[in-house]
Amino acid sequence: MIIETSGLRKSFRSRAGRETKTVEAVRGVDLSVAEGEIFGFLGPNGAGKTTTLRMLATLLEPDGGSAVIAGADLRKEPGEVRRRIGYVAQGGSTWDESTGREELVLHARMYGISKADAQRRAAEALDTFELAEYADRRCKTYSGGQRRRVDIALGIIHSPKVVFLDEPTTGLDPQSRAHMWGEVRKLREMGMTVFLTTHYLDEADALCDRLAIMDHGQIVAEGTPADLKQEVLGDVVSVNAREVAKAADLFDNAEYVRKVETTEQSLRLYVEDGASAIPHVLRTLDAEGVAIEGIELHRPSLDDVFLAKTGRSLRES
Amino acid sequence: MKFLRDTWLVFQRQMLLLLRNPVWVAVGIIQPMFYLLLFAPLMKQALSQGGTMTDEQAYRIFVPGMLVMVALFSAFSGFGIIAELRAGVIERNRVTPVSRVALLLGRSLRDVVQLLFQAVLVTLLAVPFGLRVAVGDALLAYLLIGLMTLLLSSTGYALGLTLRSEDAMAPMLNTVIQPIMLLAGIFLPLTFAPTWLKNVAKANPFKWATDGVRALFAGNPGDDAVWQALAILTPLTVLALVISSRTFARSVR
Ligand SMILES: Nc1ncnc2c1ncn2[C@@H]1O[C@H](COP(=O)(O)OP(=O)(O)OP(=O)(O)O)[C@@H](O)[C@H]1O
Ligand SMILES: [Mg+2]
Repeated sequence: MIIETSGLRKSFRSRAGRETKTVEAVRGVDLSVAEGEIFGFLGPNGAGKTTTLRMLATLLEPDGGSAVIAGADLRKEPGEVRRRIGYVAQGGSTWDESTGREELVLHARMYGISKADAQRRAAEALDTFELAEYADRRCKTYSGGQRRRVDIALGIIHSPKVVFLDEPTTGLDPQSRAHMWGEVRKLREMGMTVFLTTHYLDEADALCDRLAIMDHGQIVAEGTPADLKQEVLGDVVSVNAREVAKAADLFDNAEYVRKVETTEQSLRLYVEDGASAIPHVLRTLDAEGVAIEGIELHRPSLDDVFLAKTGRSLRES
Repeated sequence: MKFLRDTWLVFQRQMLLLLRNPVWVAVGIIQPMFYLLLFAPLMKQALSQGGTMTDEQAYRIFVPGMLVMVALFSAFSGFGIIAELRAGVIERNRVTPVSRVALLLGRSLRDVVQLLFQAVLVTLLAVPFGLRVAVGDALLAYLLIGLMTLLLSSTGYALGLTLRSEDAMAPMLNTVIQPIMLLAGIFLPLTFAPTWLKNVAKANPFKWATDGVRALFAGNPGDDAVWQALAILTPLTVLALVISSRTFARSVR
């Protein structure tokens, strides 16, 4: 495992008027991330994603717990951790008056890389992220997407083993987001482990090999997107029929059906795998002469997972 | 050595950005000109009450005061660091293994270079008005001014990183710098002050610095005020550098 954390905790004291309130931002996070995967942190605003990432990136001292990142102990050898990771902050990190190329060269040199090598790496990164055209323009003239790509190029300029991307696509239009997913996959191809945060369901689903869902400073679920969805409910086959009650009885003892629910016009069957269940369902109904008006397959989304684990919908929170 | 290399790296970057935006050169010339043209004649009259004073004498008192004033303003460096903090640049630096002392020193040295440039300019501008000063004395005076800048700019950075907001920084600097300026005898030497005020001023390190710079501009490098100024500024500067580089190492958000 390239990242292993155990019991990471962090609380903040903040003052609201006269009272000091303690916010428990991260409340015991245990994680393991395998080398070469894209690992995602999905959670609503304030879940503690950024706080966890900042602790792992040595920017914030944890109140408790431990972590080993790329073989270096976070507490004992933060300098070594810094050398092995890259970090891209949620809010970006480019300076308006510098050019993209200058930022990249300087940042590489801060890792002890020689000038010539830094320049070569910068040129390479500018190519990889399709920034060559704007390389020598000041950052303040960049579009949101261009700036974000510079941020990410900065995070990987020293070829780290692990790169932390805090909300790499927030604020980008759908096209730039799709583009960014491509870039993130490229990082994995280059052999890096990517640890990103997001609050987009589709992004977590499409981009991440594995993910952890975080809420109120704790991890409420962890696994591949497919497993997480399976684990919660499986697929739902809903059947519109007139004789709902009669139809429902037919599935009480069917072993491929986990649970049966009925509404006035429809029957909802929770099954392991919807695609293979549909033929059985149709055959059963047909054999008993139940006339159906429609059949629909609903695959659970990560939002359903979040709902099941927290009782709230991620879309609403 | 890593620390020297890192300092050079940070310094280079800061210089590049400074030179890219040369407005400050114009400001650096125009502001002292205001004082030389509009304030110095007034001060000469005020100082020579009851006697006569040559232009040279007047500028020898006035120019050192002005140099110390510009040096005091380097505490405003703190505003720049808040902007960098907000842009995420500080955090980006802190996530690398770069030396934390270098993060501070590279920036402060840029401030020193900028200020010395301004100091030389002010001195040269005062020459046509009648100022005369030996090169050696001037260089020693610049050393004092440079130390002051290092002290104040690093303090400014520490304040900026701690307060993290311009709104907190501005009143803070104003309330601290104003009495320091008044109690340093920058414009009017404290020889005119009542005894109690003189005693209060003794607690102000910049009063000693001003006296030292004045002694040098008066052509008395052997004056006690010179070594006293050095002896007071040096440890303070080292202390400020240590404290400030710690704030660069500490988590900031
Ligand atoms: N420096 C701080 N001082 C006080 N409270 C903080 C600080 N940093 C974070 N918090 C609080 O900790 C909690 C977790 O914040 P965090 O930034 O980790 O959330 P997040 O999951 O990254 O959210 P988002 O999706 O909005 O970025 C929030 O309640 C936040 O207000
Ligand atoms: Mg965040």
